[in-house]
Amino acid sequence: MHRLLALLILSFALLPPAHGTPDGMKARTAACVACHGAEGRATGAGYFPRIAGKPQGYLYDQLINFRDGRRVNASMNHLVANLSDAYLAEMARYFAAQHPPHATPTVAAVPASTLARGRQLALQGAPARKIPACVACHGQGLMGVEPAIPGLLGLPRDYLNLQLGAWRSGVRKAAAPDCMSHVARSLTADEVVAVTAWLSGQPPLGTPEPATAPLPLPCGGVQ
Amino acid sequence: MKRLMPGVGLLVALLVALLGAVFLFQLWWEPGSDQRAVPVAYRGEQVRQGAYLARAGNCMACHTARGGAAYAGGRAIATPFGTMYGPNLTPDSTGLGAWSADDFWRAVHNGKSKDGRFLYPAFPYPNYTRVTRADSDALYAFLRTLAPVKQPNREHALRFPYNQRPLLAFWRTLYFSAGEYVPEPARGALWNRGAYLAQGLGHCSACHAPRNALGASLGEKRLGGADLAGSGWHAPALGPGAGGDVADLTELLHTGVSARKAVAGPMAEVVGRSLQHLTADDVGAMAHYLVSLPAVAVGGEGLLPPAPVLRQGGKLYTAHCASCHGDQGEGSARSYPALVGSNALGTSNAIRLVLGGGYAPSTAGNPRPYGMPPFAQVLSDAEVAAVLAYAGASWGNRAPAPAAYEVERLRTGE
Repeated sequence: MHRLLALLILSFALLPPAHGTPDGMKARTAACVACHGAEGRATGAGYFPRIAGKPQGYLYDQLINFRDGRRVNASMNHLVANLSDAYLAEMARYFAAQHPPHATPTVAAVPASTLARGRQLALQGAPARKIPACVACHGQGLMGVEPAIPGLLGLPRDYLNLQLGAWRSGVRKAAAPDCMSHVARSLTADEVVAVTAWLSGQPPLGTPEPATAPLPLPCGGVQ
Repeated sequence: MKRLMPGVGLLVALLVALLGAVFLFQLWWEPGSDQRAVPVAYRGEQVRQGAYLARAGNCMACHTARGGAAYAGGRAIATPFGTMYGPNLTPDSTGLGAWSADDFWRAVHNGKSKDGRFLYPAFPYPNYTRVTRADSDALYAFLRTLAPVKQPNREHALRFPYNQRPLLAFWRTLYFSAGEYVPEPARGALWNRGAYLAQGLGHCSACHAPRNALGASLGEKRLGGADLAGSGWHAPALGPGAGGDVADLTELLHTGVSARKAVAGPMAEVVGRSLQHLTADDVGAMAHYLVSLPAVAVGGEGLLPPAPVLRQGGKLYTAHCASCHGDQGEGSARSYPALVGSNALGTSNAIRLVLGGGYAPSTAGNPRPYGMPPFAQVLSDAEVAAVLAYAGASWGNRAPAPAAYEVERLRTGE
């Protein structure tokens, strides 16, 4: 009898907020879907990165960075300007849990030698110039590392170029010490072209790995 | 001609003398300097009160750079005269470290800096002059408790002649009259509290009243609405009906949403950073005052848009808008604002909202707000104009439709 009563009382907590308004995060993140696609899916064209399945900590850091001006994008700066930390964390959790299939990547139309150079940078880095390999931080499968390092596959080439360019020019910042700022500034322009050409053509397979090895560079956004 | 010369010369000399006298008067004039700080029994309470008042005035909005140290200044403020930079209010030597409570009162009440320089009225001292000495001292006491941040003030980037600070003497003569708020006892305590907050620290007229070519607000008693220069947003007229009745308006200002409305754009920041932190009583008092303002006549626009535009707009509305805003524009309480009677329609706000979307602010009363998607990628200029023409002409609305070029102009904004 008591259990029935408790159940009855609890069921009122599940009432939707107003007539006909769906509750839950899917309705609340309708504003995100317009650009990032349903479930945060991005296609091979366009500048809107895939946010589905990214590590929750990384998504949260980026939402905070957009709100506080460390990342500059007029649309994102406007949308998250007055949202609380807790709500942004809830949005990050929601998208981190989505795992829709990836679009087939497009291999960039560049010479084979450029792709080979890009592969070398991604898998081995340039140790003489203290540039670690992408896999050293972003996961052996380049699908990211929990809780806060994003994957690099399944992203439009335009987006990768834009982010590396933004770090080089200081338009994009992360929490200090800004490891990606160092990496982006250490690469030459040709190397940026090569590595984004190779990364954007790789098929994304798997999900973010658990953190194991220590990072080769100190990184404010991750510790 | 020679006979005219002495006459003209005399006139010029008189004019110069007059201008000089005005300038000297403004240098000398110190209203409120007879007011002294009233010692308080309990300092802690004064600091708490100051923190509360700083929220009411939303000081952080201009005095904190986005993502920067609190109250350390550096925020760029775009004006029609150039860009200004909010100064450092922390108790460091680069901020207000050397300022006394009297210096602070002089700035708030009389618009003059510690060294006597005229302050630019981008700092809304024509509103803040309404603040009492006790409240000014509380604000000062609160600012003294902040962590000192070494951040020298950045020089304003104003065009000539607006960068000639002494010329403010003439602006002050024409447009500034100092004076604390004077209560009107017949209106009751609630109305007077609301008027004190709205006219003073709330500085509603700084956005909601039109400004002339020299940037002076025209009338704090009649908040007739104004375009916010350079931002593409419009601050609507306030008065009866602007936000519903007192209860609706109180809820809107305190939580960011009400049965039929939601705050957006710059007002989302005002609610999120300022009004949600005030007590429900104070917000209720402001609402009580605001609905008592004289109603501003809104011109009913004559012609309906052409039928093909309405048809196209109707189809777009069904495809993109009706799932949230309802087939009859009825919205959904506290989630999706109603479009029936919306004061965004007919202004640039409607265009900005369709292009860029936006969220109501996270507040204690509405912590997980719903958001509107941006449609800039989905709709062309003509399509945005058509759907707004449809919404503006439906369900009893009579709001003018925008032109496609107006949509295009707002695409490149923030």
